[in-house]
Amino acid sequence: MRKPSFTTVMLILGLVFLYLPMLILVIYSFNASRLVTVWAGFSGHWYLELLRDPQILSAVWTSLRIAFFSASMAVCLGTLAAFVMVRFGRFRGKTALSSMITAPLVMPEVITGLSLLLLFVHMAQLIGWPADRGMVTIWIAHTTFCSAYVAVVVSSRLREVDLSLEEAAMDLGAPPVKTFFQITLPVIAPALAAGWLLAFTLSLDDLVIASFVSGPGATTLPMVVFSSVRLGVSPKINALATLIILAVSLATFLAWYFMRRSEAKRRQALKMQAQEA
Amino acid sequence: MTQPMTLADTQAQARPTSETTPSSGKSSRVQQETLMEIRRVSKRFDEVLAVDDVNLTIRRGEIFALLGGSGSGKSTLLRMLAGFEKPSEGQILLEGQDISRTPPYERAINMMFQSYALFPHMTVAENIAFGLKQDKLPKAEIRERVAEMLKLVHMEGYAKRKPHQLSGGQRQRVALARSLAKRPRLLLLDEPMGALDKKLRTEMQLEVVEILERVGVTCIMVTHDQEEAMTMADRVAIMSDGWIVQVGSPMDVYESPANRMVAEFVGTVNLFAGEIVVDEADHCVIDSPELGRRIRIDHGISTPADERGVWVAVRPEKTLMSRERPAGDFNWAAGTVEDIAYLGGLSVYFVRTGQGHLVKVSLANTTRRSERPSWGDAVYIHWDERSAVVLRD
Repeated sequence: MRKPSFTTVMLILGLVFLYLPMLILVIYSFNASRLVTVWAGFSGHWYLELLRDPQILSAVWTSLRIAFFSASMAVCLGTLAAFVMVRFGRFRGKTALSSMITAPLVMPEVITGLSLLLLFVHMAQLIGWPADRGMVTIWIAHTTFCSAYVAVVVSSRLREVDLSLEEAAMDLGAPPVKTFFQITLPVIAPALAAGWLLAFTLSLDDLVIASFVSGPGATTLPMVVFSSVRLGVSPKINALATLIILAVSLATFLAWYFMRRSEAKRRQALKMQAQEA
Repeated sequence: MTQPMTLADTQAQARPTSETTPSSGKSSRVQQETLMEIRRVSKRFDEVLAVDDVNLTIRRGEIFALLGGSGSGKSTLLRMLAGFEKPSEGQILLEGQDISRTPPYERAINMMFQSYALFPHMTVAENIAFGLKQDKLPKAEIRERVAEMLKLVHMEGYAKRKPHQLSGGQRQRVALARSLAKRPRLLLLDEPMGALDKKLRTEMQLEVVEILERVGVTCIMVTHDQEEAMTMADRVAIMSDGWIVQVGSPMDVYESPANRMVAEFVGTVNLFAGEIVVDEADHCVIDSPELGRRIRIDHGISTPADERGVWVAVRPEKTLMSRERPAGDFNWAAGTVEDIAYLGGLSVYFVRTGQGHLVKVSLANTTRRSERPSWGDAVYIHWDERSAVVLRD
C-alpha cells in the first residue's frame, strides 16, 4: 500500500479532532446505562425518555419560537442597515454608523446581556414595560445582536450587486421604493436567507444573553441543557444533541442538494443553447 | 390581419429637410429639428470638474456618439442625461422642457447599460415588460408590445429564457429591446459593444444601427472605441478632460481635426512641428526642422502674426513611400524602413527619417506577396500638398 502523504495525514487528524467528540456523543446517546461514561449495551431508551420530558420539550418549543421571531426581525433591521451602509452615498457619520452596527459582533456577550438587563429593569421602573422579563425581552435582546450579523452578510452581498440593475429599474420608470422591492430584494434574497439562518442558529445557540434577560416563564433550550448538566449529565441530553445534529445535517444536505440541482439545470440550459447555435 | 402601427411607421413619415454635412448614407432620416439641448452643463465631484461647460444640440432622429478616453467625462454626461447625476450647473432641455432636476423614473429617456443590467430573476419577456408595467399599460397591450420588441431584435424564441441562459450577443439584443419597449424620446447607449468580443462587435454594430433606424429613435451613445463611433454615428463629439473638443460627422473629425488632441485620438497621425513662413490665400509654406524640409499646403490658414508655431498632421494612409526621390522641394524626406507591421489587409511601415523622426506609412495590400520595401531599405516618404492638415496646440 502506498504511504499516505503528510497532507492527507494532517487532513484526517484535523477531521478526527473536529468530529470525533460528536461521534462519541452520538454513540453514547444509545447507551443503556444511566451513567454517561459507562457503556452498558445499545438502547433507544433515552430518546423515549426525552420525548416524555415536558420541560425539555417546552424549552425546545420556546427556543424555536424565539429563534424564528428574532431571525425574522433581525433580517428586517439588518437589511435596512446594510442598505444604508452600502447604497446611500457619503453622509455625515457614515463611518460611525457602520462601525456601531458591526460593534455587537465583537462585544462580549456578558456585557451585551448585562446592559440589556439593566435597560429592561430601568424601563420597567420608568414606563412600566416590560412588566416581567420573558420571551419578549429575549426576543429583543437576540434581535439586537443578530441584526449585526445579518447586516454584515447582506451588505457584503449588496456590494456585489451591480448598481446598474437598480439604475435600470429606475430608468424604466420604477420609483426608488418599488425598485427596492421588485429588483434589489429578489436579487439579494439568497443573502437574506443565509442571514436568517445564521440569526436563527445564533439565537438558538445563545445561553449567556438569554440567561441575563430571561424571566421565570421563559427557559430556552441551552438554559435547560446547561442547568441539567450542572446537576450531572443525563444521557437524555446526548439524545437531544444527536437529534439536533441530525436536524442540522439534514438541513445542510437539503440546501446543498437544491443548489446542485439548480446549477445542473442551468448548465443543461446552456448546453442546449450551444447545440442550437 | 391588420398591421399594427409601429413607431417606425410613424417616424418614417416625417421626411428630412436638409443635411449640412453629408457623411454616410445613415443621415437621410436626420431632421434639423432640435430634440435635446444641453446648455452650459458642468458637473463637479468634490471640486473635481468632471464635465466642464458643455453645450450640445441633438437633432431628432440622429445617432450621436460621445467619444473620449477614460476620465474624459463622457459617462458622467450620459448619466446626467439619464438622470442618475444632477448637473452642478446648466440645463438639459428635452423638447424645450428643462429636465435637469427630473428624476430618472419620470424622464422619457431610456438607457442601455454597458453591463446590460438585465434583471437576473426575470425572464426575457418579463425584462422587456418591466418598463411597460410601470406605466400601468393594459395586459394585452404589454403582451403585444413585448412580442413586437422580441421580433424587432430577432429573439422570438427566447421569451421564456432567463438572462443567464443567453449568450453575450443575445443579452445585448434583450437589453436593447427593453430600452426601446417604452418608445423613449431619446435612447442612451453606454459603451454598447463593450462586453462583446471583437468579431461579434462588428456584427452587432451594424445590426444595432439597423434596428435603431427601423424604430427611428434618436440615440446618444458613449464609447471609447473610435471605430465603433464612426461606424454607428451620424455625428461624433470628441471629449477630453470634461470638454467637448470637436463636434462633427465622422469624416469631419477624421479629415479636419480641430486640434492635435483630436488628430491623435481619432486614428493615427504623423505630426511635424513647424513654423509658418509663407501664408497666402491659395497656399502656405511651413518650415519644419523635424522634416528637414519645407512643407507646402494647398490652402492659406490666415494666422495671427504672432502665432507662427503650428503642427502639420498627415495620416499614414495619405503618406506615400517610394524608392525614387520625389520631384520638387516640398513635402518629402529620406529615411530607412525600421519596422513593418503586417496586418493582413494593410501593412504599416515605420520609416526613420534622416532627422530621427519616426513616420508611419500604411499601404493597402492590394496584391498578394508583391515586391515591397523590406527592413533596412532606403526609401523616400512624401505626400500630396492636399493631404496635410495644419493644427494648433
